Amino acid sequence: MATYQLNVNGQTKKVDADPSTPLLWVLREELKMTGTKYGCGISACGACTVHLNGVATRSCIVPVSLIGDQKIIAIEGIGADPVGRAVQSAWVEKDVVQCGYCQSGQIMSAVALLKATSKPTDTNIEESMGGNLCRCATYVRIREAIKRAAEQLT
Amino acid sequence: MLANRRLLCRIFVLILIAFATYAVLSTRANNIHRSKTSAADPKINKMATADPKLADGLAAWKQIYSVMISPRCINCHTATNYPQQGDDRHRHFANVVRGREGRGVPALSCIGCHQEVNADSTGVPGGPDWHLAPLSMRWQDKNDRPLSSAAVCRSVTDKSKNENMDGRALLTHHQEAGLVLWAWNPGRRPDGTMRTVPPLTHTEFVNATRTWVEAGTPCPREK
Repeated sequence: MATYQLNVNGQTKKVDADPSTPLLWVLREELKMTGTKYGCGISACGACTVHLNGVATRSCIVPVSLIGDQKIIAIEGIGADPVGRAVQSAWVEKDVVQCGYCQSGQIMSAVALLKATSKPTDTNIEESMGGNLCRCATYVRIREAIKRAAEQLT
Repeated sequence: MLANRRLLCRIFVLILIAFATYAVLSTRANNIHRSKTSAADPKINKMATADPKLADGLAAWKQIYSVMISPRCINCHTATNYPQQGDDRHRHFANVVRGREGRGVPALSCIGCHQEVNADSTGVPGGPDWHLAPLSMRWQDKNDRPLSSAAVCRSVTDKSKNENMDGRALLTHHQEAGLVLWAWNPGRRPDGTMRTVPPLTHTEFVNATRTWVEAGTPCPREK
């Protein structure tokens, strides 16, 4: 076990964890932030996506020992960001969610996309969101919501 | 008495036959080995007579090429829109794409999974600034087949394609570049087993590069 000081959603959090523990489980089990979801555990589905220094990152495969002083933004903190707020608002407006399990990861990825590409094309959306799986197949609404958020932000 | 003499004679004949067989087989094996060595690179042998340094350079390049087309290197030197993974060099999972600069796309970038070092507890390889080689440094065709030794050599030595590296810079690149060094420290797979490494040690690879550079970075002719 080791002690880590993590910067999560702008706050410093102290956790004791085995160095090999994936960030996902530190968030969920140690910090009780259960908005970030466990999907596949092998970075194949995107449900566990958080931002590390602004980069959409699969928290299920990043050991806590590699985080260091990187800034972690999880789904609970994304609403504090203007792009995050716009995406959440578009998500509600377009009624994107069906079962909702993958949506934390979808939103985190959508925010990362819009921060890098203010007016994403269909190809941009397909490529960037291609690693986020939705078993309810809400892909059409996800695309609409991303475009709506882009409109709101311009 | 007579039976004993006959037995002795038979044993003597058998020993003679065994020696003769051994002599014939070992001569043949040596001949086969010699013919294989020379048949492997007749051009190199021919050139060795004319220019030993050139022949050494070409032989060194052959070693370098064997490393370059090993999965740890060539998986990120693709001609396609995606990296590969595994010793079978299959397409990278999770719909990962190359992106404009070989670093993936927003929300699905290389460093979104691949950290600065290997994450052995989760089986994800990592190294400094994890990214694909540029398309100008592709060492495969669009069907994921490795390019020929001559073609790879041409592109590696073309300064318009290799980020303006001369022989010395190529040597330094092979000695020091983080992602090159990663090939010899590729970490564990998700199942806990070690990833395979290139066929030469890093020291052998650097020595071969030095020999090749000192010979003027010669490239083999296309067959």
